[in-house]
Amino acid sequence: MVYVIRRLLQAVFLALVMSFLVFTGIFAVGNPVDILISPEATQAERVLLIAQLGLDRPFHEQYLIFLGNVLQGDFGNSFVYNRPALGLILERMPATLELAFAAIMIAVVLGIPLGVYAGLRPGTLGSQTVMAGSILGFSVPNFWQAIMLIMVFSVMLGWFPVSGRGEVGEFLGIRSSLFTLNGLQHIALPAINLAIGHLALVIRLARSGTREVQSQDFIRFARAKGLTEPRIVIVHLLRNILIPIVTLVGMSFGGLIAFAVVTESIFAWPGMGKLIIDSIRQLDRPVVVAYLIVIVVIFIILNLLVDLLYSLIDPRIRLDGAKQ
Amino acid sequence: MTDATTNPATLAPERPVWRIMRDFRKNPLAMVGLAMLLVIVTAALLAPWITPQDPYDLRSLSIMDSRLAPGEVGFSGISFWLGTDGQGRDMFSAILYGLRISLMVGVIACTTAMILGLTLGLVAAYFGGRIDTLVMRLVDLHLSFPPILVALILLAVLGRGLENIIFALIIVQWATFARMARATALSERGREYVEAAQSLGLSRSRILFGHLLPNCLPPLMVLYTVEIASAIALEATLSFLGVGLPATQPSLGLLISNGFQFVMSGQYWISVFPGVALLLLIVAINLVGDRLRDVLNPRNIT
Amino acid sequence: MSLLQIDDLQTHFFTSGGVVKAVDGVSYSVDRGKVLAVVGESGSGKSVTGLSVMGLIDAPGRIVGGSIKFDGREIANLPSPEMRKLRGARISMIFQDPMMTLNPVLRVDTQMVETIHAHRDMSKPDAWALCRDTLGRVGIPSPDERMRAYPHQFSGGMRQRVAIAIALLNKPDLIIADEPTTALDVTIQAQILHLMQKLVEEDGTGLVWITHDLSVVAGFADDVAVMYAGEIVEQATTDALIAEPRHPYSRGLIGSVPSRNRRGARLAQIPGGAPPAVNRPKGCRFATRCSYRTAGCDAPQELRNHVRCWRADDLPAFDEVLA
Repeated sequence: MVYVIRRLLQAVFLALVMSFLVFTGIFAVGNPVDILISPEATQAERVLLIAQLGLDRPFHEQYLIFLGNVLQGDFGNSFVYNRPALGLILERMPATLELAFAAIMIAVVLGIPLGVYAGLRPGTLGSQTVMAGSILGFSVPNFWQAIMLIMVFSVMLGWFPVSGRGEVGEFLGIRSSLFTLNGLQHIALPAINLAIGHLALVIRLARSGTREVQSQDFIRFARAKGLTEPRIVIVHLLRNILIPIVTLVGMSFGGLIAFAVVTESIFAWPGMGKLIIDSIRQLDRPVVVAYLIVIVVIFIILNLLVDLLYSLIDPRIRLDGAKQ
Repeated sequence: MTDATTNPATLAPERPVWRIMRDFRKNPLAMVGLAMLLVIVTAALLAPWITPQDPYDLRSLSIMDSRLAPGEVGFSGISFWLGTDGQGRDMFSAILYGLRISLMVGVIACTTAMILGLTLGLVAAYFGGRIDTLVMRLVDLHLSFPPILVALILLAVLGRGLENIIFALIIVQWATFARMARATALSERGREYVEAAQSLGLSRSRILFGHLLPNCLPPLMVLYTVEIASAIALEATLSFLGVGLPATQPSLGLLISNGFQFVMSGQYWISVFPGVALLLLIVAINLVGDRLRDVLNPRNIT
Repeated sequence: MSLLQIDDLQTHFFTSGGVVKAVDGVSYSVDRGKVLAVVGESGSGKSVTGLSVMGLIDAPGRIVGGSIKFDGREIANLPSPEMRKLRGARISMIFQDPMMTLNPVLRVDTQMVETIHAHRDMSKPDAWALCRDTLGRVGIPSPDERMRAYPHQFSGGMRQRVAIAIALLNKPDLIIADEPTTALDVTIQAQILHLMQKLVEEDGTGLVWITHDLSVVAGFADDVAVMYAGEIVEQATTDALIAEPRHPYSRGLIGSVPSRNRRGARLAQIPGGAPPAVNRPKGCRFATRCSYRTAGCDAPQELRNHVRCWRADDLPAFDEVLA
């Protein structure tokens, strides 16, 4: 419990530091006025707008006002959309989470079996193909890979739509495009695109974990007990290699959300990532800041979840963080 | 069973460099990677002399040649083996020039980041205490954010530009180097030779750079290789998103971005070929890095 | 008929550096209720022989010749499903390092119950109760509670007891123990030794006790096989071997046990190390380290009267050597 509280305090501090850094940085860029206000506007219109947006106050005042508002959940209005920034982001969050979730599922469901296979049967043609594929998957630049996927599967074969999110269905109170056929068609390519790099990572981790665990005495002892090969792999080996993989999945979920920026831009996926890119280009300060704070919060929650999951999988780890 | 003391062949002292090179050569895939890397780097360096056209000399471009398919002969009589882009630019030439920029950005950023990270990591490991805590807190904070996010924010603040993207890449990468340098140095610090050096009264900086540094180099070399690849990929991504290099410095990412719109109409080559070049470069670096990792790992010495 | 009868076993490892003949023509046998100690230094092939019996030789290793008869049935190179049915049921094995033999992420009861269920149908409560009783039998206090613990919550000696309990679960006919006390403290060693002795006596189990430590053997094993460089160099009853070792290597081993030496006498030691496993000498493999070496030692040595030394009968009596 003490541990959880300490982690939460750290999190709050981290969020504060980030808000300051980002606010300072964005402030330093200068003048959203030039972008937001048409050059033909009269001087009077300009002054009015600047006052409206609070851009005429000194830096520290702007920051303090901002901080006070943030604590009430108010990140200010987007300069571009003229709507609350936080609302804009939360509105687009489900689409991004859905995409990241689908990608993680693809990476784990395919990656663990492939990696374990490559680890158990090194040197076979199958495992060498898997490993060569994983080096390739690791190396292909994500944005180019997206273009290639569109080119082959949308333009040439016509199997999947080029862009956008499909119809949203509802299941158990959760609204997601994963529940409709049209939605699945739309999410397939972006999710695969987002997954491939992590798929390669999961494969490598599963493979090296398998090879390491396989040579351990307890696997040999399990075989000496006369256990069947499936039981040894599924119960004894898998449990042990899951620890690094859970870490990776937990840690990289945040990374996926951030990296979704690329995929979302190319597939015109209406998530947070596309919003942040557009906002950066348009110097939409409140949205950028709100996005970062939201990301920090997501990261902190994920890290906590990973720690909790750890202690479930590995009995040697207790939440005080010490390893016995 | 293959104890070194019983095998006279392993008794002869051998320069580590030779052993590494010999071990490296044993893997054909890594040799292919190395060959690819050499070809790409040479071609990029020699670009001005071996390309049929200077792709950024507007006088040499002809709009009549725009979007020619690979292999077609242009208005001016040059045959465009990889086709041309929307402005009639020879893709082969554009790719070689793009490679130059990508390589330059990657190497400069990564080298600077390594020097910075290495220094901070070694200092943290050697002095410990508050300095260590400070540096490592910074590293942890840093590494808890995905690189692309950090780079995006920096570029959002700084704007597009060659210096800006190099700066962003350095900021993105230094922490990785610092963490590894510190970890390696810490494990080395407890070794007998460091204690011996300390008891001999050698100066701190002498121990730091004369003893700790050389022992940290193998893992850092591997990291350096791999990080160059990721720096190049990240630069390409940012340029593709339109927040990286400006149009006057067309790296591979920008070329691919320019071709994206034509993919829908089936003119694949404008995006595909620069991407293939980028991919080959990254794969080559990763193959070499992968092999280096195996060869330099002391546990794998046979 | 012996419970386990190994004849001229050859287990080789095909490495890139050449063929390693880890086990190079080994024969020994064990009867029910008897203890055979296999003694040798690391790399002598004693563990690989044990793993060969278990069918646990991994690539690049392979049994290339000889026979292993268990209860009259040939089990060398048995198809793996058949071998699996024997392992842990009729032949059990215990390994050296108790810190490593139990899976760190599974509870002890899981690791015990699965051993029963791998070989026979039994209701879960019954299997659990049997496991608990076996834990009690190997001397683990409050077994009910300990069943639900994880391996890291046990000490090294206790873990080895758990491993022994697992080996006993299916009432095997034969147990192969590969240096099970080497990693433990001396006092714990004695306890485990004692426990094993009691258990095999009670159940009439055959036991192969692999060790590099001759001092463990006396008063425990019925017979001893001394291995060197992939071969057995001497085989005898324990009493005979300790009183009058005949092979120079056995003599060296016994001479280096402190208690055997008189006070103040220099502790004997065997100079040098074993020959490399690839390209061993054609003649006596111990010759390079042997103080009785003559020109005749360059010829291949046969096992005669259970000793692999052509000069065995010419050597001075062991007591004279020590004095």
